[in-house]
Amino acid sequence: MQKITREILIDKAAFLLSTGVVGSVFGWRAGEFDYDVTPALFTDKTDLKNNFVFGDFCGANVSKYLIKATKNAEEKILVFLKPCDTYSFNQLLTEHRFNREKVYVVGIPCEGMADVRKIKEKAGEGILKISSTEDGVIVDTLYNGTISLKKEDILLERCKNCKSKKHVAYDELIGEDGTVLENDRFDEVAALEAMSPEERFNFWQNELSRCIRCNACRDVCPACTCEKCVFDNPESGVENKAAYNSFEEKMFHIIRAFHVAGRCTDCGECSRVCPQHIPLHLLNRKFIKDINQFYGEYQAGEEVGSRAPLVNYTKEDIEPNDAVNKGDK
Amino acid sequence: MRKCKVENIYTLLGEISKNAKLYIPVDQVNGAKFTEYAEGLTLSNALKTERSIKDFFFPQTENLVDFKVSGKIIEIIDNRSEMEDFVIFGARACDVRSMEILDRVFLSEPVDTYYANRRAHGIIISMACNRPAETCFCSTFGIDASKPAGDIVCYKGENEYVFEGVTEKGKNLLEKLNAVTENGGEDTAKIVQTEIKTILDKLPLKDVKADKFGKDKTDKFFNAPEWKTLSEACLGCGTCTFVCPTCQCYDIKDFNTNSGVKRFRCWDSCMYSDFTRMSAGQPRPTQLERFRQRFMHKLVYYPTNNDGIFGCVGCGRCLSRCPISMNIVKVMKKLGEGDNE
Repeated sequence: MQKITREILIDKAAFLLSTGVVGSVFGWRAGEFDYDVTPALFTDKTDLKNNFVFGDFCGANVSKYLIKATKNAEEKILVFLKPCDTYSFNQLLTEHRFNREKVYVVGIPCEGMADVRKIKEKAGEGILKISSTEDGVIVDTLYNGTISLKKEDILLERCKNCKSKKHVAYDELIGEDGTVLENDRFDEVAALEAMSPEERFNFWQNELSRCIRCNACRDVCPACTCEKCVFDNPESGVENKAAYNSFEEKMFHIIRAFHVAGRCTDCGECSRVCPQHIPLHLLNRKFIKDINQFYGEYQAGEEVGSRAPLVNYTKEDIEPNDAVNKGDK
Repeated sequence: MRKCKVENIYTLLGEISKNAKLYIPVDQVNGAKFTEYAEGLTLSNALKTERSIKDFFFPQTENLVDFKVSGKIIEIIDNRSEMEDFVIFGARACDVRSMEILDRVFLSEPVDTYYANRRAHGIIISMACNRPAETCFCSTFGIDASKPAGDIVCYKGENEYVFEGVTEKGKNLLEKLNAVTENGGEDTAKIVQTEIKTILDKLPLKDVKADKFGKDKTDKFFNAPEWKTLSEACLGCGTCTFVCPTCQCYDIKDFNTNSGVKRFRCWDSCMYSDFTRMSAGQPRPTQLERFRQRFMHKLVYYPTNNDGIFGCVGCGRCLSRCPISMNIVKVMKKLGEGDNE
């Protein structure tokens, strides 16, 4: 699937390290299997050579890690960003979450990342090896022999509806830049809107009832960067460790969606990391769709410093009542 | 041993469900889940349920007690629900071992009566693992996936299910099923066990060793430099602790109902920034320390306090669920690499 190899990125990183442009490299570390890749900071060239990985399982958006990584960094950090990661990168800069000068961005092309859950659903347990092909993967399994899977069947949710192959931030690019893509990412939202309030309530009730409040969605979210989250504060009264009724989960996710509205770039990390497989991105997409409809097309993170419609306050802004009425339809 | 034909398994399950609530693994939208038995439900073929059997004995949230205040009188309401007998069918070897680990915590003095109550009412029918997954490493902790513990052990052969009563509870239940089972099945059980052993030898994590860890190894690993890189990507979410069959930390939360207090017990996670804040107001300040705590607990502290028994059962749930794919196998391998003296 990925056209670019780890070797190209390792060579680039090694070059930038040895020429002193950067002092460390943020990327992905290989795991026990082909799919369990971990975001990691590399400082050592041998470590880089042995353990740096780039492939179909590097879905993790590493932009948010830059907040922590740049804090005490004396030298620049090289970071490899896929097109969609660059939107989060810009949004973080808009919110002054880290110093741009401390980062050296190499934009890398992305062919869409694989979702190991989907692979496991199709290939079963006992995955021994996953090899990338031009338009999919080949999976060696313990019980079902060797299985070929097509790209469209194994892509991460967000990659199925890729919004852009264009890098909106970089210091240099590997390969040619892509373009913003036409996509169907609001179709699912439209389907939810078409439901009756009761059906829609039941849909979310069913999805959110699985929530275990691990807070992984919040922790991974590049728009959730508060130093101390209200939900981690026992004094706030809303910590909700004990979900004593199912209303708690709904409140958490809806409040979070409100909080990131206008700042969410639709990177899809929330749904990717949810251990309970809740399609959380749909909440955020509903907000994006509404914002587009009420205020005109807006893509968070497209430009550093852009003012989100919800905090821009122009005379042309839709009146709250109109928005409410429109939202009702 | 007793056996029943594969096609008769639902008759047998129906028989069990006549006398107790029965939970069987059923495929749901998001993987297998223990579901209350009802006619027409199909047993899942998945190796593991998404959540472990811990949930039955130590639920994520439970209402411990209520206090009703009227004037100067405080009424204490024990709203423990009437406990009925229940049976879990198809628990795997790892999950069954996890109960021994939880027992040592909850059943030692002072006994946790909520947990003890559920343990007394629960019967576990385990199932040998015909198809272990690549993430399995129970053998690291001396667990035999081909011969799980449990009140009754079940082996699924090509044509028949074989049952072996182990505990008194299990033997009694099995006896009640005499009308739907017949004697025999020893050969099938042996064949199944041999087949499983062959597969266990092919598992990618079969060589993961825990022998560098264990009792009294705190000084050896506590200050290891590896914790920094191991923990650097950790999001601090509690997924690993929540899907873990042996994580047992909890918090107590009181909710004001205006006319009194509802007291809940809920799972807590050492990965959280406010964990143990209630005791001394000094929670672990950074994710490195929180991360270290979880693995030191499983690999060093628990064994130190429990005759060398590890606090991990190698079920592999954290391997497949961690959002950043960091897990105990990577920790053991990395820390085990160096000499750390």
